Amino acid sequence: MKKDIYILGLETSCDETAAAIIKNGREIVSNVVASQIESHKRFGGVVPEIASRHHVEQITLVLEETLKQASMTFEDLNAIAVTKGPGLVGSLLIGVNTAKALAFAHQLPVIGVHHIAGHIYANRLIEEFTFPLLSLVVSGGHTELVLMKEHGKFEVIGETRDDAAGEAYDKVARTLGLPYPGGPHIDRLAHEGEATVDLPRAWLEEGSYDFSFSGLKSAVINTLHNAKQRGIEIQPENLAASFQQSVIEVLTVKTVKAAKEFGVKQVLLAGGVAANKGLRTSLEAAFSETEGVQLIIPPLSLCTDNAAMIGAAGTILYEKGIFEDLAMNGYPSLDIEQG
Amino acid sequence: MKVLAIDTTTYTLGVSLLEGEKLIGEYTTDLNKNHSLRVMPAVEALMKECGVEPAELEKIVVAKGPGSYTGVRIGVTIAKTLAWSLKVPLSGVSSLAVLAASAHFYPSYISPIFDARRGRVYTGLYKYEKGQLVTVKEDRNVLLTDWCHELKELPGEILFVGKDVALHKETIREEMNEQAVCGKEYTSYPRPYELGILGLQAPDEEIHSFVPNYIRLAEAEAKWLEKQADEKRNG
Ligand SMILES: [Zn+2]
Repeated sequence: MKKDIYILGLETSCDETAAAIIKNGREIVSNVVASQIESHKRFGGVVPEIASRHHVEQITLVLEETLKQASMTFEDLNAIAVTKGPGLVGSLLIGVNTAKALAFAHQLPVIGVHHIAGHIYANRLIEEFTFPLLSLVVSGGHTELVLMKEHGKFEVIGETRDDAAGEAYDKVARTLGLPYPGGPHIDRLAHEGEATVDLPRAWLEEGSYDFSFSGLKSAVINTLHNAKQRGIEIQPENLAASFQQSVIEVLTVKTVKAAKEFGVKQVLLAGGVAANKGLRTSLEAAFSETEGVQLIIPPLSLCTDNAAMIGAAGTILYEKGIFEDLAMNGYPSLDIEQG
Repeated sequence: MKVLAIDTTTYTLGVSLLEGEKLIGEYTTDLNKNHSLRVMPAVEALMKECGVEPAELEKIVVAKGPGSYTGVRIGVTIAKTLAWSLKVPLSGVSSLAVLAASAHFYPSYISPIFDARRGRVYTGLYKYEKGQLVTVKEDRNVLLTDWCHELKELPGEILFVGKDVALHKETIREEMNEQAVCGKEYTSYPRPYELGILGLQAPDEEIHSFVPNYIRLAEAEAKWLEKQADEKRNG
């Protein structure tokens, strides 16, 4: 009989201080997230120095709560997994140094996890992977289509050439005078309005799975500006709906196309923007018509940054015996294909 | 009592291992290299060399700032994590006090200096009384000229210590003349053994809520508070 594997995951790459214990890469034993969002709201975005300070305040509390909820001690763990990048460097360093100190204190191996690999592996906490699979990663910093033919190997087949989808959401939200973080507000407004404003869709050249959202963002800003100059009133609900429709249409069409071309068995949604209702609905509709492809969408709590996903992705590295030493560092930009 | 002391607040990376007030071993470098990468390997190497297991540690001491924000955070994060997970007490010591201790037998006032750019310094005022380092003036971030004016009121010489004194020698001389003594190379580096000794005398901290002493607010927060105050004033 195979022995159970328990991995402690740690995530501090942006503004959530998180820890979790994962059993056999698939089961959440405990999962704790301390969000700093309230503290950053007054600045209209995440302030790196303040994020780092909060991580130091929260880290041991979050760890204690995680062990307590699991009724476990360090002796029950097989390894410590931590996000080593990408992310805000000052924030990453808190998680990385905590993980190294824990690994040293309890003589456990330490595992460095790519943040996006984590987001993808959040899905394995819901459903076992069947390869090949395609993952649509959409967050504040990322918009990527990632193909996987086996565990722990990632192939980026398309990515954004300018803004990430989440970034475009936040900028458009700011233009509409919505509070930070803007994504959920646009999503909410979009459901109250109708897509009456004609906005561009950036398909890029034939056959490309890359994305571009900066043109769309500028179009929204220009539309608002022109209307204001002419004294015409645009319903923000309608503009939000039009913007959201443009983003979602491009994401959905490209994902469906790639899923067919690569003959994938599963399509996973990953990253913070996966919480977007419009995107969920659109993908569900598109894949209900695509035979032989299973669409997996994690619950909201596993879409935003958390450490359960880091524990899940870290388990694969543990099984492969890929460990870091105590000289591990944080890497603000880290390639998922290499890392 | 086996004590592990860690200082990552400046370029000087220091780790020491003490048995009570006795030194077992220490590790010091003064290099412009990545602390985040090097501290834990330094702790591991020193403890291995000294034959001390992590589970044998009975107290953790850390230099809590001021200093480089990132550097201070790395040390404090590691110290908190070690103390919490090994279930041993934690003490924090001013990183300026550690530097002041480099002038251990000096009979008058000691002002440790970290440069804080634009004519400002992190400093405080310390003095050895019956072999104990005492704080005369709390740590602060101050314009060096203002600091010198304040010190001129004191009776007796003031020894300025730290590597960054070299950057401010002329200002100190101009403001204070003969009352100021600028330390030599010997008093330029905080020593991890001194940190351990000061930590033994310091009270235990509440581990979860222990944070660095940055002295300064984050820039964004300072600006935000200023704006709030302005709005209040202007109604
Ligand atoms: Zn994320």
